[in-house]
Amino acid sequence: MTAAAPNYELIQQDGLETSLLEVSMGPHHPSTHGVFRMDVKLDGETVVDLKPVFGYLHRNHEKLAENMSYLASMPFTDRLDYFNSMTNNWAYALAAEQLIEIEIPERAEYLRVIMSELTRLVNHVSLVGFFVNDLGALGTPLLYAFREREKILDLFEQASGARMMCNYFRFGGLRCDVPEGWLDRTREVVDRFPKFLDEYEKLLCENEIILSRTQGVGNLSKELAVSAGITGPMLRASGVNYDIRKVDRYGIYDRFQFQVPYSKGDVGDCYDRFMVRMLEMRESIKILNQALDGIEDGPIMGNAGKVFKPAKAESYGRVEAPKGELGFYLVADGTPKPYRFRVRPPSFINLTVLRDMCIGQQVADAVIILGSIDIVLGEVDR
Amino acid sequence: MSAPVNHEPVLQRFPEVEWDEEFGTLIVPVAKAAEVATWLRDDESFRLDYCSNVTGIDYLDREFKEKIKNEEGKTETIIHKDPARMEVVYHLYSMEKRTGPLVMRQRLERDKPEAQSLTAVWRSCELQEREIFDLYGVNFSGHPDQRRILMWDEFEGHPMRKDYVEPFDYEWEPTPHDEILEKHQKGKVIF
Repeated sequence: MTAAAPNYELIQQDGLETSLLEVSMGPHHPSTHGVFRMDVKLDGETVVDLKPVFGYLHRNHEKLAENMSYLASMPFTDRLDYFNSMTNNWAYALAAEQLIEIEIPERAEYLRVIMSELTRLVNHVSLVGFFVNDLGALGTPLLYAFREREKILDLFEQASGARMMCNYFRFGGLRCDVPEGWLDRTREVVDRFPKFLDEYEKLLCENEIILSRTQGVGNLSKELAVSAGITGPMLRASGVNYDIRKVDRYGIYDRFQFQVPYSKGDVGDCYDRFMVRMLEMRESIKILNQALDGIEDGPIMGNAGKVFKPAKAESYGRVEAPKGELGFYLVADGTPKPYRFRVRPPSFINLTVLRDMCIGQQVADAVIILGSIDIVLGEVDR
Repeated sequence: MSAPVNHEPVLQRFPEVEWDEEFGTLIVPVAKAAEVATWLRDDESFRLDYCSNVTGIDYLDREFKEKIKNEEGKTETIIHKDPARMEVVYHLYSMEKRTGPLVMRQRLERDKPEAQSLTAVWRSCELQEREIFDLYGVNFSGHPDQRRILMWDEFEGHPMRKDYVEPFDYEWEPTPHDEILEKHQKGKVIF
């Protein structure tokens, strides 16, 4: 708690005594993207104090995973951040693959990259839609975004059998190969995507209402962002060039040419966060084009053995999920079940600074600031 | 993978800190935790400014059996004992130098887990330490706002502990009026 809230109960205003108003926003508020509550203390329209309250969707995912075999928790990871099941799968597979020696076939590595970049497009495009929805542009921009998202979800369905709960990754590869003609269809979707982005950018990026509502709102300084463990687009909007795809180069990300968009300033506001996501989609398309060019036929599953039973060890695997750093920490004790299974959820930790960003802002801006953090309650509550 | 961090200078600077070879982690005494953490964050050669993951682990008293061959060529079973303890694990990275991770642990007594809060050093510990308090019952001294975070406030017990037994019915509570109150006062509980 660095930013200090003024501690006063009664305020003298023009000789009249008024008091602070405490408002409970949520848990069923349309702007909270799920069951999330903000206890807001208001001085007129200005936010004086804010406490996030969550846990309504808590199902103790970690305890469940500790009571079943390693592979059995793979479908459960889909339910963490239900927008991005592919990257969740990858983070878990990455942590488990560190426990044993295993070689992942080339084609599987390429498909992993393709799937996770498609996921990034899905997440960012729907986030921008929801964000503009929060600003009051009801419906239209969100439905434009969902139209594009639907095309990618169709691709996921053709490859894995499910639109959102894909459960597609396995330790050492993938569950099944993509069907015939899938890569061509993907290429078609990827080729059309920039046209949609052009249109979307023209609509939104220089829109006067968006500019005046988001610029200078929800400022987050570089120092606080680093110290508070903020990751993903939100960190890069605050001026830190840190992308795990570039730092760790997990999978085969070292083979692709792409740039990491980040803000030049020391302070990031809601508009920066919005723009970083718009630019990141362009970079994802670059990666997708290179991956679709480079992919070749071959096996999709390495030799992982029938029973996954690692020796006593621990591992921490992390990937750059669309929302930030998603990490899985596993402690193995020689049995087929993990002794400790921990998810490091990006949207949960990004909420740390919600209070700092909201204090001093208008109550209507608190809604936008929450929207710009990009949380999914399935992941926050686990 | 990003470049690993050399842990030797920490052991030289703080002789109390131990290095666990098996898991590759620093074990920091609870009383020194904040001092070591601040040094790791500020020292020029480390600059571990980003604390990514904080989590707890609960170890019950356990025994491991290992089969080895002795000098005569016979197989022998050795029993390793793993004492009961509670651990708080920190995964540290450096955003400035792009290195990491360095794993750091506070090892606590299982009966009365008292750890030192590192929220003052890295803000990212704030919610995660609250979660450990909630699910493991570790008490963090110096934490600014230690409350339950995922479970509701009236909840009893710490569900991530290995010996936690869930109640018959979470939702059940005696409704204290009329006949039910009388029965309840007599000690008859109706499920």
